[in-house]
Amino acid sequence: MDTKRVTNALALGFLWVAAGSTVLILGTLIGYVFIKGVGSLSLSFIFTAPQGVKAEGGIWPTIVATVYVTTLAMLIVTPVAVLAAVYLAEYAVQGRAVRLIRFAADTLASVPSIVMGLFGFALFVEAMHFGFSMLSAALALSFLMLPIVMRTTEEAIRAVPKYIRWGSYGLGATKWQTVRRTVLPAAMPRIITGIILATGRAVGETAVVIYTMGTSINLPLSPLDTGRSMTTHLYILATEGINLPTAYGTALLLMIMILSFNLIARYIVRRNRRMQG
Amino acid sequence: MTEGLTAAQDFSTDGPAKLSVAGLDFHYGDFQALADITVDIRENAVTAFIGPSGCGKSTFLRCFNRMNDLIPGTKVEGKVLLDDADVYAPGVDPVDLRRRVGMIFQQPNPFPMSIYDNVAYGPRLHGVKKKAELDRIVQESLERANVWKEVKDILGRGGLKLSGGQQQRLCIARVLAVQPEVVLMDEPCSAIDPTSVQKIEDLMAELKANFTIIIVTHNMQQAARVSDYTAFFLQEEAGEAARLIEFDRTGILFTSPKDKRTEDYITGRFG
Repeated sequence: MDTKRVTNALALGFLWVAAGSTVLILGTLIGYVFIKGVGSLSLSFIFTAPQGVKAEGGIWPTIVATVYVTTLAMLIVTPVAVLAAVYLAEYAVQGRAVRLIRFAADTLASVPSIVMGLFGFALFVEAMHFGFSMLSAALALSFLMLPIVMRTTEEAIRAVPKYIRWGSYGLGATKWQTVRRTVLPAAMPRIITGIILATGRAVGETAVVIYTMGTSINLPLSPLDTGRSMTTHLYILATEGINLPTAYGTALLLMIMILSFNLIARYIVRRNRRMQG
Repeated sequence: MTEGLTAAQDFSTDGPAKLSVAGLDFHYGDFQALADITVDIRENAVTAFIGPSGCGKSTFLRCFNRMNDLIPGTKVEGKVLLDDADVYAPGVDPVDLRRRVGMIFQQPNPFPMSIYDNVAYGPRLHGVKKKAELDRIVQESLERANVWKEVKDILGRGGLKLSGGQQQRLCIARVLAVQPEVVLMDEPCSAIDPTSVQKIEDLMAELKANFTIIIVTHNMQQAARVSDYTAFFLQEEAGEAARLIEFDRTGILFTSPKDKRTEDYITGRFG
């Protein structure tokens, strides 16, 4: 075989490996966590509380804390982020101030989560006296989610075709009527996708919640209760080597939750693409 | 420099003027797009605007419902009277104006919602809430737009699922639902199939009994078929403002145009 063909085949091979490695890494990771964790997974693992010093038994309180805090964070962040995005995309005069807001959002998105945790601790736990609580953690997480939801919403609003807006204005709609009745509904699937992805990010967040909701295992009811998230539980079990099977079980459940968030987001995007033709 | 008509032709024996434009100049930033346009639009008639691409006929059309206000940096001078009241007078809210002067766009643009909600959109904006009242308006408007028979069993289905021609008639129904006095049509047939074009042309003939219609079209045969009056616009040099060259009864403009440039255009010598 001549060298040109060999080189070509080699190049293609390397490209394949490079491109395939993403899938390979994800596959290996999920496979590993699955094998290590699937043994712990059972209904009683999900629905009972940890027992004793080695935290055997289930992880129910940590699941509740995780769902509680991310739901609360989502409820806090969604109205703020969506209104901010509507302002940026529809009302603000495009200029310096808007560029500054966008830059701030992008920078906020890149703040290391441990710094956000420390800041959340100083602001919500200490200064505002919310203590280690669901509320403090949800507020700190909402800072993390804000730029993601805001930017995806802004993009979604901008992607609504001009002629749809014209149709509304042409019928005698005011700007707000047009935004509320036409632009936002048309952008909604993409906005929801952004919210879901940001929520997935919050579910997997550890540093922020350690600093803001504490580490004690209890079933949070009021927003001012403390709690331990799944990620924190996993972190403590693993670093202190207390109970590795439970740690892997928690990791697997966490990944299943985040994966299903991503799948839901994909489903919404696809269904919407089909509907709008 | 393009010389144009600067005085309105007097067709007052045909009926009253619904819209009356006098000395209209239009600017996009530093660029003057239209110069010194004076024309009367007859009530309950179809008036066609023809001319080559870029001659400002769509820009002029958007002056009647102030859609140009949505484009930053535009400026209008001169008068546009709707029933003798200047639509550019201070205190006129374009939102109220657009309810009286509806618009159909080149690209059918149903909202991403059901057929019913598309038609009910305008009435709801203006405060109609009762279901029975909305039902009546939706049915009437779809009937008037000649699309009721095709959609009456699928009112809950998405407007975007209809064919292009049905979508355009849905958009017409949506405009009729707010009971406008004038309907502006910006090349309404250029993005749809021939059968639907026929339906929309027939529709215009029916609608003019109750509405004043202005249609911008690239298609001279269409202008000749559907309109009672025709206005010919032309921008002779790039970068120069377009002007109204000739305005007349459609039959006369197409058979014995007074201006050489109109004759050249309608006989296909340019454009």
